[in-house]
Amino acid sequence: MTCREMTEFLREFVDGELPPEVKLEFDTHVAKCQDCVVFLEQYRATIQASQGAFGVPHDVPEELVSAIMKALEQAR
Amino acid sequence: MDETQLAAALKSGDPAAFEALVRSEAGRLLAVTRRILANEEDARDATQEAFISAFKARNQFSGESKVSTWLHRIAVNAALSKLRSQKRRPEESIEDLLPRFLPNGHYARPYAAWAEPVDEALARKETARLVRDTIDKLPESFRMALLLRDIAGLSTAEAAETLGTTPNAVKLRLHRARLALRTLLEPHFGGAPA
Repeated sequence: MTCREMTEFLREFVDGELPPEVKLEFDTHVAKCQDCVVFLEQYRATIQASQGAFGVPHDVPEELVSAIMKALEQAR
Repeated sequence: MDETQLAAALKSGDPAAFEALVRSEAGRLLAVTRRILANEEDARDATQEAFISAFKARNQFSGESKVSTWLHRIAVNAALSKLRSQKRRPEESIEDLLPRFLPNGHYARPYAAWAEPVDEALARKETARLVRDTIDKLPESFRMALLLRDIAGLSTAEAAETLGTTPNAVKLRLHRARLALRTLLEPHFGGAPA
């Protein structure tokens, strides 16, 4: 397996969808390729960054609650 | 409110109970619509529309899923509907943001480890904003695959149905979106410049 092929299989690897025989080749390549170790780490970190960048607001804007309740009253 | 209380408030249609439901769930729903719509006003509008839709459809709630899951799906649809009604940016190529390789299949350049763990960097508000702004720079179809799968938490099948495409197309777009986002984040996270 080459770095290009490792990169193509990254999503399946991270999402746990690689067939066992391909995963074996994937693991073998990563074990001896430092660039791929770093790239795999950064691919995972990118997913983590996406997921972590959107926090759940603790305070719901009061004007939003008022607007929703007013709209609901009209919808009844 | 727990799930039983949410279901009771939804089914009752009682204004006070529904207001309690709105107060309990609006934060989560606003977070979902903000993920899909970059504009705060649009995100609030979509959240409001989601609650109106939920109220009107309350008798159709079967109880097979959690109320929170049902509301999440309605909010995603409300946000997507608003997104579709907006003028779309012309689709840009993502190729320049993908890694490059030598003819022998090796990377065209070495990669340096990022200087700081992402979870620590994200604790700073400005970093979280930078990531959100960077996601917004991705070409539309790739951004949507990333938003629905990695951020809104839809399954591949749900994202494909929502976007009107195939599961394989979602998987490919998601992978390319992650690769492109990695490239765009790299200069900010302390690796070699892209």
